[in-house]
Amino acid sequence: MTELELSGITVRFGGLTALQDVGLAVGPHQVHGVIGPNGAGKTTLFNVACGFVQPDSGHVVRRGERVERLRPRDLPGLGMARTLQGLGLFDRMTVLDNVMVGADHHARSGFLGSLLALPRAGADERALRDRALRVLDDLGVASYADRFPPSLPYPIRKRVALARALVSEPDLLLLDEPASGLSAGEMDELGDLVRALTARMSVLLVEHHMDLVMRVCDEITVLDFGKVIAHGTPDEVRNDPAVLAAYLGEDVH
Amino acid sequence: MQQFLNTALTGLTLGMVYAAFALALVLIWRSTRIVNFAQAPMAMTTTFVALVVIDAGFSYWLGFVAALLSGLVLGAVLERVVVRPVEGKAEINAVILTLGLFIVLHGLAAVVFGNRYRSFPAPFGLEGLSVGGTTIALNGFGIFTIVSVLLVMALLVALFRFTDVGLRMRASAFNQEVARLLGVKVGSMLTLGWALASLVGSLAGLLIAGGSLVHPSYMDSVVVFGFVAAVLGGLDSPLGAVVGGLVLGLSLSFVSGYVGSQLVALAALVILMLVLTLRPGGLFAQAPERRV
Repeated sequence: MTELELSGITVRFGGLTALQDVGLAVGPHQVHGVIGPNGAGKTTLFNVACGFVQPDSGHVVRRGERVERLRPRDLPGLGMARTLQGLGLFDRMTVLDNVMVGADHHARSGFLGSLLALPRAGADERALRDRALRVLDDLGVASYADRFPPSLPYPIRKRVALARALVSEPDLLLLDEPASGLSAGEMDELGDLVRALTARMSVLLVEHHMDLVMRVCDEITVLDFGKVIAHGTPDEVRNDPAVLAAYLGEDVH
Repeated sequence: MQQFLNTALTGLTLGMVYAAFALALVLIWRSTRIVNFAQAPMAMTTTFVALVVIDAGFSYWLGFVAALLSGLVLGAVLERVVVRPVEGKAEINAVILTLGLFIVLHGLAAVVFGNRYRSFPAPFGLEGLSVGGTTIALNGFGIFTIVSVLLVMALLVALFRFTDVGLRMRASAFNQEVARLLGVKVGSMLTLGWALASLVGSLAGLLIAGGSLVHPSYMDSVVVFGFVAAVLGGLDSPLGAVVGGLVLGLSLSFVSGYVGSQLVALAALVILMLVLTLRPGGLFAQAPERRV
């Protein structure tokens, strides 16, 4: 069964058709890449997958079940998480607090429980904190737990944003341009990290950097002018004439 | 020396009330970017609720609790029913809405509670305490004022710093879209924010009213002072609101005591102008959020 299926997605902004009948499927423990020239509709497709944009037609299917009117706040409940291109860290909250906001909401005690600081709420609080620290530690940034994001270098902040997405233990992760602003060495580390994540989850990835996409993806969907122009393994896509034409002059290899 | 001490004590007590009121404004501004001009008549309304309870023969404390609880409910209901439709729209919509609420609550209070002055009891003595033979300008109710505001502030700090709900409220206030993505029910957090703000405002209303006269417009001047205090502190900072309230209370008390009580309102505006000119972001301005 597929982890996520987008089928027949069409999105219009006024007179502009941003996506037309776009479909893709992400299999279990797979990394699925979405690439395409600027303005091809990659970000719009991503926004449909996380509920920021409602498609005019088509639907989102999660593990065989259609999701009606997906809203962003439903993501954790569906076992999904998304990172943002702009990271979207809360600047005036510590790294640890940032990650704790993302932590699993099922484990939480209700409104009144936390307001009255009942013992159970205290235990939950500690459990959330421990889990957030563990994820930060996994990504090698636990030592920054008490710092505020604006004081940290960009690559560290990227890891914090990733930790915040991972702390809810999703089995489908949507990564939006994870490599932007990273050096070549950092990008290699990121590639290894993404491959390692597939042991626990599937990844849908939008990315500009071709070498990273070709290295980590099992499957790639190529968009141009809002339509799917190619789909397949990195090798298939790399040699597809339509892709070469769309990227005319750009290096696909 | 004794006049100085007494003026300072009066200013401290008053400053605490302004601080509470400013805190109510800041709580709402932080989460919804709305300056809630209706905070004054909201607090007036809940104080009248307390008066109704007390006049029905119940104790001051039952009235006190009833006012705080009705403040909590009033804030939540207003946010859900009245404010929700304008959230995220042009700022002027919200400003006009809260000004409209101001007028509506005033009108309703005049109809329901009567458009006249009524006296409001105080739970503690209003006689100045005597220290070493001299009477100082601090009475039992003044001490109650200071302690209750400090207690509420400590509870709020604990809520925001140390609880999961507080964490999610802060996240919602900073970036609603990201908070939603992380599964936070942002709408509930905004409702809770308005409810808590309204509760703190109600406390300020009760403290101003204690041992004094209430009328549908008795809180109106306080909204001006509370607003000045909040702007002094930077509108975004709860700590700033508290410090702003204390600075304003003390300054106005000294103006009243040493220059002339008729100049108090003018002095508040002069302070506001000075702050806005010298430190437009307020005394506790934080660096503007970085947009990456």
